[in-house]
Amino acid sequence: MTLTLDDLDRQLLAALAEDATQSAGALGRRFGVSQPVAWRRVRRLQDLGAIKGRRVVLDPVALGFGVTVFLGVKLATKGRVSLEDFERAVTAIPEVQTVEHILGLYDYRLRVAARDIADFERVLRRRIMTLPGVGNVEANVLLSEERRPGPLG
Amino acid sequence: MLNDLDRRLLRHIQADPAQAMADLADAAGTTPAVASRRLARMRSDGVLKGQEAVIDWRALGYEVEVSLRITLDKTQARAFDEFLAAAREIPEVLEIQTFLGLVDVRLSVIARDMAHYQQLYRSRILTLPHVADIEALMHVARIKWDEALPV
Repeated sequence: MTLTLDDLDRQLLAALAEDATQSAGALGRRFGVSQPVAWRRVRRLQDLGAIKGRRVVLDPVALGFGVTVFLGVKLATKGRVSLEDFERAVTAIPEVQTVEHILGLYDYRLRVAARDIADFERVLRRRIMTLPGVGNVEANVLLSEERRPGPLG
Repeated sequence: MLNDLDRRLLRHIQADPAQAMADLADAAGTTPAVASRRLARMRSDGVLKGQEAVIDWRALGYEVEVSLRITLDKTQARAFDEFLAAAREIPEVLEIQTFLGLVDVRLSVIARDMAHYQQLYRSRILTLPHVADIEALMHVARIKWDEALPV
């Protein structure tokens, strides 16, 4: 089922994707509707699943995480190791920030936060290479990143 | 510098960003007044940048998500800048990342269905400047997406 959104829904989604802590009152003033209308609309977007949650945005460098690496992981022994086992184990690694199951050159893409390259090597050797079923691993060090608003306009 | 309380607050707020200040303070073992003060301090120091809503594009009718790994023609001095500027013009591009490694740039692209993706790929992606090679990976599922840092 696909949701039908009107202009106000799209404006609210774009505004909350930038700052999820805005109150219904502030959103209402910004888009020219009353506080209760804004509140009901945001509530509806949440209930219908258009907003699946919130994410806290931290400055990784300020917190000492100077290196972000994306790993492409190929499973070596498909069929013998269950995907669920791999996913459970990889999700439990604190340095692994995101896990995506993909089709193509690799089976999974992981986003790994590390303090520096030496710390990344430790995570790779002790945590990633010891995962059940892990095969080839390709690493790309993140240099820059930008998030775009997406097709809400 | 962050103290142990700051780190506890960051851990708990990352686990549940929408929780009330009283609950957050309780979980971190402090009072709401102290918790608010510490969070305000981390915001003004730039450690805590804010909170963003995560949109479920699939719920909005975008069934297809593709990761495009792109190698650029680096003999062109302005290849990166011109490519990135052109990629920003495509509304369906959600993320633009540059790398040191085998891949130069990765674009995360969404489409309503495969027909829409094919049309985007032909009319918008293949026409991007200075592309030497493109590799597409199809998303199956997002297993973990909170991006929490192990503070």
